[in-house]
Amino acid sequence: MNDEKNISSGMSEVVKTVCNIVEGFIFVFGCYIVLYGQLSPGGGFAGGVILAAVFILIMLAFGKERVLKIMPRKRGAFIEALGALSFLAVAWAGLYVSGIFFKNFIPTTAASHFKLMSGGTILIYNIAIALKVMAGLFLVFFVLSITRVILEGDKLKMVKKQ
Amino acid sequence: MTEAMIFFLMGLMILGSIIALESKDLLSSVIAIGAVGFMLSVIFLLLRAPDIAIVQVVIEILTLIILIRVTISRDIHIIGDTREFLPFALNMVLLVIFFIIAAEAIRNMPAFGTGVSKVAFPYLSRGLNDTGSANIVTSVILDYRAYDTLGEATVLFTALIGAITILRREAKK
Repeated sequence: MNDEKNISSGMSEVVKTVCNIVEGFIFVFGCYIVLYGQLSPGGGFAGGVILAAVFILIMLAFGKERVLKIMPRKRGAFIEALGALSFLAVAWAGLYVSGIFFKNFIPTTAASHFKLMSGGTILIYNIAIALKVMAGLFLVFFVLSITRVILEGDKLKMVKKQ
Repeated sequence: MTEAMIFFLMGLMILGSIIALESKDLLSSVIAIGAVGFMLSVIFLLLRAPDIAIVQVVIEILTLIILIRVTISRDIHIIGDTREFLPFALNMVLLVIFFIIAAEAIRNMPAFGTGVSKVAFPYLSRGLNDTGSANIVTSVILDYRAYDTLGEATVLFTALIGAITILRREAKK
């Protein structure tokens, strides 16, 4: 069929339909892995990679225009910096509240064990790491896939891929 | 039983690495590397480390996607085979020396599955009451050893900034 159009705007109709169905489920699963990091295997890093995989899936299936509508580069950089800074901010808050850097200053009681709001600051750390990893890995994939290194004479040169 | 299965999977991993090194086609090399990574995650699962197994699976999928996309879009598929004798012989000598030292070190290691690390027991017995986190791995990396996680996050942040800066679209004036 129309190969030129397909290459510039992602993959075939089948892939796009399946991607439309599964992307929400993968996103929710990533959020679950992040939020339940203190109760079940997983955590901020693994959940963040799954969340980044959602954006990479959308980019591979639909092309970069649609993913840039959801997550422009400026917004990605903002989210990554926000994650890193909020991780540090919670650590500083421990220093401010109780005098110890990285102190878990939210009190935990035995009644809250095995519930979602257990673990004090661990939940906030997990969310911060997930935001950072999600935006960072997506941005790296994005810049890797739009740049192409070519050999010009005897010098390597980076050009934007068409 | 678990030990035998781990040894079997490790043998398959060594086989996959050799295939990845010796294969003439770049794409089949990448696929062999992916198989090695997935077998590593199965080994983590057998060693009862589900946290690290999840991380290994998702990172393996992501790097496999990136590597396949990179190798497919390039025109270089065939790797030239120009192996000189001297580096090859040097490699073999170093491999033998490493094997002798590693065999000596492994002979003096504690038996499989016996814990000798004293620091692990307080974490296991007090972790839930200290931090309120039911997952001991999370309580260690985000509470007891949060400085390590801060360093790791800094390394990741710096690496991502470096990659984005080098590969950005606009050239610096």
